[in-house]
Amino acid sequence: MKILVTAKRVEDPESKIKVKPDGSDIVKEGLKYKINPFDEIGVEEGLRLAAKHTGEVVVVSIGGKEVQEQLRHALAMGANRAVWVNHTGPLDQLGIAGLLQKVAEKEKPDIVILGKQSIDDDQNQVGQYLAEFLGWGQATFASKVESLESEQEKSKSPAVVLTADKKSVQVVREVDNGLATVEVQLPAVVTTDLRLNQPRYASLPGIMKAKSKPIEELTPAALGVDVAPKIQVLKLASPPARKAGIKVPDVATLVEKLHNEAKVV
Amino acid sequence: MEFQLTESQRALQDAARKYAREVVRPKAAHYDETSEFPRDLLSAAFELGLLNMAIPSEYGGVGLSHLEQVIVCEELAWGCAGVATSIIANDLANLPIILHGTDDQKKRLLSPFGEKLKFSSFCLTEPGAGSDVAAMSTTARLEGDEYVLNGNKCFITNGGYADQFTVFATLDKGRKHKGITCFVVEGRPQGLTTGKHENKMGQRASNTTTVTFDEVRVPVANRIGEEGEGFKVAMATLDNSRPLTASLSVGIARAALEHSLDYSGQRHTFGKPIREHQGVQFMLADMAMNTHAARLLTWESAWVLDEGQRNTLQSSYAKCFAADMAMKVATDAVQVYGGYGYMKEYPVEKLMRDAKLIQVYEGTSQVQRLVIAKELFR
Amino acid sequence: MSIVLIVAEQQPDGNLRKASLNAIAAGKQLADKAGGELHLVLLSKDPSKLAGELAGTGAKAVHTAAAPEFEHYLAEVYAPVIASLAQELKATFIGAASTAQGKDLLPRVAARLKAAMATDITAINGSGADITFTRPMWAGNVFAEVKLTTPVQVISIRATEFAAGAGGGAAAEVKSFQPKLEASKTKFVSFNEVKSARPELTEARVVVSGGRGTKGDFKEVEALADLLGAAVGASRAVCDAGWVPNDYQVGQTGKVVAPQLYIAAGISGAIQHLAGMKSSKTIVAINKDPEAPIFQVADYGLVDDLFKVLPALREGIQKLK
Repeated sequence: MKILVTAKRVEDPESKIKVKPDGSDIVKEGLKYKINPFDEIGVEEGLRLAAKHTGEVVVVSIGGKEVQEQLRHALAMGANRAVWVNHTGPLDQLGIAGLLQKVAEKEKPDIVILGKQSIDDDQNQVGQYLAEFLGWGQATFASKVESLESEQEKSKSPAVVLTADKKSVQVVREVDNGLATVEVQLPAVVTTDLRLNQPRYASLPGIMKAKSKPIEELTPAALGVDVAPKIQVLKLASPPARKAGIKVPDVATLVEKLHNEAKVV
Repeated sequence: MEFQLTESQRALQDAARKYAREVVRPKAAHYDETSEFPRDLLSAAFELGLLNMAIPSEYGGVGLSHLEQVIVCEELAWGCAGVATSIIANDLANLPIILHGTDDQKKRLLSPFGEKLKFSSFCLTEPGAGSDVAAMSTTARLEGDEYVLNGNKCFITNGGYADQFTVFATLDKGRKHKGITCFVVEGRPQGLTTGKHENKMGQRASNTTTVTFDEVRVPVANRIGEEGEGFKVAMATLDNSRPLTASLSVGIARAALEHSLDYSGQRHTFGKPIREHQGVQFMLADMAMNTHAARLLTWESAWVLDEGQRNTLQSSYAKCFAADMAMKVATDAVQVYGGYGYMKEYPVEKLMRDAKLIQVYEGTSQVQRLVIAKELFR
Repeated sequence: MSIVLIVAEQQPDGNLRKASLNAIAAGKQLADKAGGELHLVLLSKDPSKLAGELAGTGAKAVHTAAAPEFEHYLAEVYAPVIASLAQELKATFIGAASTAQGKDLLPRVAARLKAAMATDITAINGSGADITFTRPMWAGNVFAEVKLTTPVQVISIRATEFAAGAGGGAAAEVKSFQPKLEASKTKFVSFNEVKSARPELTEARVVVSGGRGTKGDFKEVEALADLLGAAVGASRAVCDAGWVPNDYQVGQTGKVVAPQLYIAAGISGAIQHLAGMKSSKTIVAINKDPEAPIFQVADYGLVDDLFKVLPALREGIQKLK
């Protein structure tokens, strides 16, 4: 089984994001960068599938040479090799999906696993665009019935389940009011939700081994994709601040305030 | 000269930081309080390769450079210095084999550590021989193709859980340090006993016991180096390990600094956060400055080793400066916290207790100064 | 003239998802600003049940298609039908509520039409040909004004930011059309519904949420919720631990809520949780840790053990009634 996973470079989710005074961008000085947490869940699922079904995990990222750091992270987790689409400058979801389509057509994976969204743009689009571009089935927001503290999780077995005929996968999806299970023919696109798995840590030996794993370089031009953005980001702004609240000393005061001041009970 | 970490050094740092933040920190107060052996944390450390950083990859370890090891160690100590000490105890005990063992010894005695979770203890210190290594009274005598060990070792890290012991003993007390020889005892043979876990002031997560040898037999094949080379082996090991101990101090100091920065922003006196008072600012600035200075000394002392040069001077600079610095920074952190800093509900008094040990073990700050002076007079 | 096409969502229980009404309100606003008209589309096994309700929401037309394949929603089944209807209508904007279904479906529709898409829009700006959208990025720490430059533009709509309209006006014309179905490589297997007598999180007037401080014991949280007729929410940590269903998670990556009253019990207030609830009108935080970030967004904070506070709060509120 061949699995293609993604590793977008994003701002560390722990970091404080501030907007530049002119609204042109966020303040990038001093920010740390990480693999998109949803993508990391995708890498983990890919590794579990590959371990169970004897497969190969190929990781792809798009960006300047700094994205090699995220590729190395996925390689340190255990991915076999990496594809780096070298592109600097703005890129929207249409462009990203277009590039991934070409990489998928070249690599011919059985499954592409992506994060359901990246924590910078929060668009939640690329997996769906990609599935449509490729003409494949999609299972977005992949999750599982068991919790992240369950025995199933501790056993490190994949939550994406290959059917007996090996031609489809069953995926549990996190949707409104519950969990929906779908069966998708391979090749398929899967996007990950938070509770699909707990990604492994990159181990020290993994990091050392990753240094010698191959990273293939491609470009949008070589892939024949026009990546001119169709989404213009005109201006960024900080959300309106809430006015400072108060601390109340006891429950009686709280009830009084909720009743007379806020008038909500 | 290059002052930036490489991508893979940053990756190692991130991996260790994640382990320290997500695995160690949540349990640090618990193991400090109970002084129980943190087997779960060490088991997780083993899975990540942290227990065998120094073992070369051809013998099943990770084979990190010295610089990489100190980068990782700072993170571990930031999580909990006691846990970090227990983690690097394996490397300390295995260093004599790494540095002076034969290929056969490395295969036999190092490789198993990469395969499953095992602990090894470095047995040098004795009740009557700490800084004065040559006063050692544990003896070894040759009987056929075995040596027989007798004597007592104390303050042995992971002693209660060790599966292997690297032991220094003298073949002839009269020969002083020229009689000292290094042996590896596998498993827990008859005659080897360990005492109760010591009730320590700090670094309480790290297991510390006495180890007693009563007619313990060791095959000649487990002698590391030649007879009488033990002192040289021990000193080379400590040259290698001082940068690591220094990095533990840097980790403790960084934790103390970060806690102080946070707290001084939250705590108000006279209508403003205390960090807007100059008196507190001076303390914070000194803490930050000294932590960074110690880090650079530590990195340099490790880098010199990686260059294949003797680092006795630099590693003593690093260990001595970093240990004294961490003690001061942690004490100042308690000061920044005021009365709360003295309470166990807050994290800084632990750092102060943890830091104290580093001024004491693996060569006291006074011994480091002696070494420095001796190097200056060379 | 531009046509705004809003996709209405039918819940598995057959009812209209309430967030669709907010999406329709946004669609109406967009149609007004762009100088066009609002059309709705409903795909269903039996659209007759909801067609009437939709016709009364102020749209110009409601397009319905019936097929047994629509019983269980699948993006691959729905997307081609909606895309071809949009083409036929020459729709310039296609939208739906930012629900799990909306987010799954719309990008696939957009891909067929080579359209750019804005997710989770919170405001519609400008007029005529110069329409822009405001949407959150970086877990709601940033709001971006974006312009989509493709001939067809697709949006998913954050329900909490657009009040559902009163409807009124002339009833829309209901037009049924014959859907051209394509073979789907995905099939529905099952739906495991989390059944609850409480209101839906995103629709509730009051939400009571529990965090790590509950240590998994939600009895007090639920008792207060039931007294207030509230929905029950949770922080991510609690859902990850499996203490409550995933569906309870409030946050940027879970449900975004904006009730009249949000009570956070034992929730520290990670950035991503705050992003999911800080538009609530009144926020109450109960936490033992006085430094918990949740207090920074709370109108009323109480530093104490939730297991002491919640029963007393229940008692206090009961007395008022």
